[in-house]
Amino acid sequence: MSSLEQPVLDYTPRARNVAGFVALLRSELLLALRRSADIANPLLFFVTVLALLPLGVGPEPDLLARLAPGMIWVVALLATLLSQESLFRGDFEDGSLEQLALAPQPLYFAVLAKVSVHWLVTGLPLALLSPLLGMMLNLPSGGYLSLFLSLLLGTASLSLIGAVGAALTVGLRRAGLLLALIVMPLYVPVLIFGTGAVQAAVDGYAYGPQLAILAALLAGGTALAPLAAAGAIRISLDN
Amino acid sequence: MARKSPSSNSLQVRQLSCERDGRVLFAGLDFELGAGQALQVEGANGAGKTTLLRTLIGSAGDFTGEIAWNERAFPAALPDLRAHLLYIGHGAGVRRGLTPLENLAWYGAGRGEAMRALEQVDLFGFEDSLCHQLSAGQNRRVALARLFLPGAPPLWILDEPLAALDVAGVSALQGQMACHLSRGGSILFTSHQPLALAGLRTLNLSEYATEEPEPLAEEGTDVFA
Amino acid sequence: MAWQWFHRLGSPRWFYQKTSAWMPWLALASLLLIGAGSIWGLGFAPEDAKQGNSYRIIYIHVPAAFLALAGYYIMAISGAIGLIWKMKLSFVVMRAAAPIGAVLTFIALFTGAVWGKPTWGTYWVWDARITSMLILLFLYIGVIALSRAFSREQVADKACALLALVGTVNIPIIYKSVDWWFTLHQPATIKFTEKSSIDPSMFYPLLTMVIGFYCLYAWTLIAHTREKILQREWRTSWVQQLMGGESATESKAG
Repeated sequence: MSSLEQPVLDYTPRARNVAGFVALLRSELLLALRRSADIANPLLFFVTVLALLPLGVGPEPDLLARLAPGMIWVVALLATLLSQESLFRGDFEDGSLEQLALAPQPLYFAVLAKVSVHWLVTGLPLALLSPLLGMMLNLPSGGYLSLFLSLLLGTASLSLIGAVGAALTVGLRRAGLLLALIVMPLYVPVLIFGTGAVQAAVDGYAYGPQLAILAALLAGGTALAPLAAAGAIRISLDN
Repeated sequence: MARKSPSSNSLQVRQLSCERDGRVLFAGLDFELGAGQALQVEGANGAGKTTLLRTLIGSAGDFTGEIAWNERAFPAALPDLRAHLLYIGHGAGVRRGLTPLENLAWYGAGRGEAMRALEQVDLFGFEDSLCHQLSAGQNRRVALARLFLPGAPPLWILDEPLAALDVAGVSALQGQMACHLSRGGSILFTSHQPLALAGLRTLNLSEYATEEPEPLAEEGTDVFA
Repeated sequence: MAWQWFHRLGSPRWFYQKTSAWMPWLALASLLLIGAGSIWGLGFAPEDAKQGNSYRIIYIHVPAAFLALAGYYIMAISGAIGLIWKMKLSFVVMRAAAPIGAVLTFIALFTGAVWGKPTWGTYWVWDARITSMLILLFLYIGVIALSRAFSREQVADKACALLALVGTVNIPIIYKSVDWWFTLHQPATIKFTEKSSIDPSMFYPLLTMVIGFYCLYAWTLIAHTREKILQREWRTSWVQQLMGGESATESKAG
């Protein structure tokens, strides 16, 4: 390296936290929109399973109305869970997850970007679709707004929690059921306060506290879940 | 921000041993890779070539010995090493749902730069097709196009870069590697094929394989896996 | 100095050799304590005014329930130590703690159900404690299932440790939310025995049982850990020696 006549490589590492986050968000969104089946499937699952419910328990409006908050929430939870197995899989298989782990920007932001997009294409449409299903299941009129709002907040938490499970199982060949097994117990608080909010609204009580707790869970999840998922990704990559 | 001259970059490995699933792949590895130097890692299948590369980028945790980047030891030096690293592994790191152009943009390349790089890996005309429509070899070349981008980092660690390349591709890559070395970059790569690079050293991992099947296990040294 | 000690404590071989001496004592202590506690609790402690003799199942139920939860924390903390200091031994302890904790959780649920039949007239009630216990069982099952899914032990160790830590962060939230959920749906007919008003004549045998269960837990955990150490380190010379000259000579002869 004593006598270099060529121009010397001048390299300055780019610190591109915000720009990197935005770029990742854009490419994730682009990828998600190109796989439109992946967006439609959780929604179709959501509608189909809930359409089966009256076939199972009978069409009495009162019974359906009583079951509606819980059932809609449980099925929304399952739809989120099922869509989450593939969250990191493609990136793991083509090696771009490894590139993300090597990138100068923290893996935390990469996970956050992926989870945000996952929520945008599953949680948000589920919440938007929920009033229709509430109507089909004869949900009392007081419950619609709380159903929408609780799903809006709750599905984001579900996406975050599920990301940890998806990251832990990304290196495994058939991860679907295992993912459900490890993530389901962690979903319990979200389910309880989500259905609690709808039930309270149906019964004519204030549901603000439940929504506040859901928001708190979301805040905690946003801070911690991407960290755990980033750790899990590094573990899965060392395979 | 004042930065020291990039030509001072160096990677040092002293007495490195890597273990995988209780089996020591290689032990007592020593080498140094300075600016303008290239090192080709050889060895039989299963000798630990990929493990060595992944250990050097900090993705595989289990090693004993010392790895230092610019005189700083791992793991403290890892963020700085990664900031100067361009790694292409077995998985090409090419997202199948994006086009080659979008993939390069994801790595921070502007459109003009990306177009020129794609041209050099003979993918001109494919820049806007989705990568899952391209062949495995073409995807591999999309990954290699990163080496042709103007702002490429100084340390290249490449796992089998020549795989799935034709003669023209090999010579283009060889030219780019020579150019990178002449500008003070460093390259560490695995390959089964010989490469014509000035001053290329080789490291045969099979020579460092241990006879003993026993893991690194005597008197306390086995604590930190 | 402290570091040296920590270093040695982390060595599976050191652990194996050291604990050989403890094992009989732990076994004896748990046998004596559980034996004494059972005879005392089942034979001599007075009958409960409301529940009659059926309350006596708490002498198993309560210690098992204590340890089920404590066991999760033991598992998670050893996993965390493994992740932070890369200590092989603590991963082994974590992996050994998972099935033991799951069995204890199951025992707590089972004895709760047996107690529920004469007390509530049904084996299963969705009461806050039982539901929390059930979710704890699911958390354990998740860790065990994950540990079995990986083909490489080192990856399984780290993945399980991370999952156990995530579970630890969640357990208080889950317990609180289940409590809240239960107060919302609580049927008026079910009342619980207040734990605070337990009579000393019932409490001391219970305490004996709890301590006995802790000893038994320690014994089981160490025994499992020792077994797993042998499985993992079978290639090393000290295990080969331990496994006896006979197997070595046999393999040489054959």
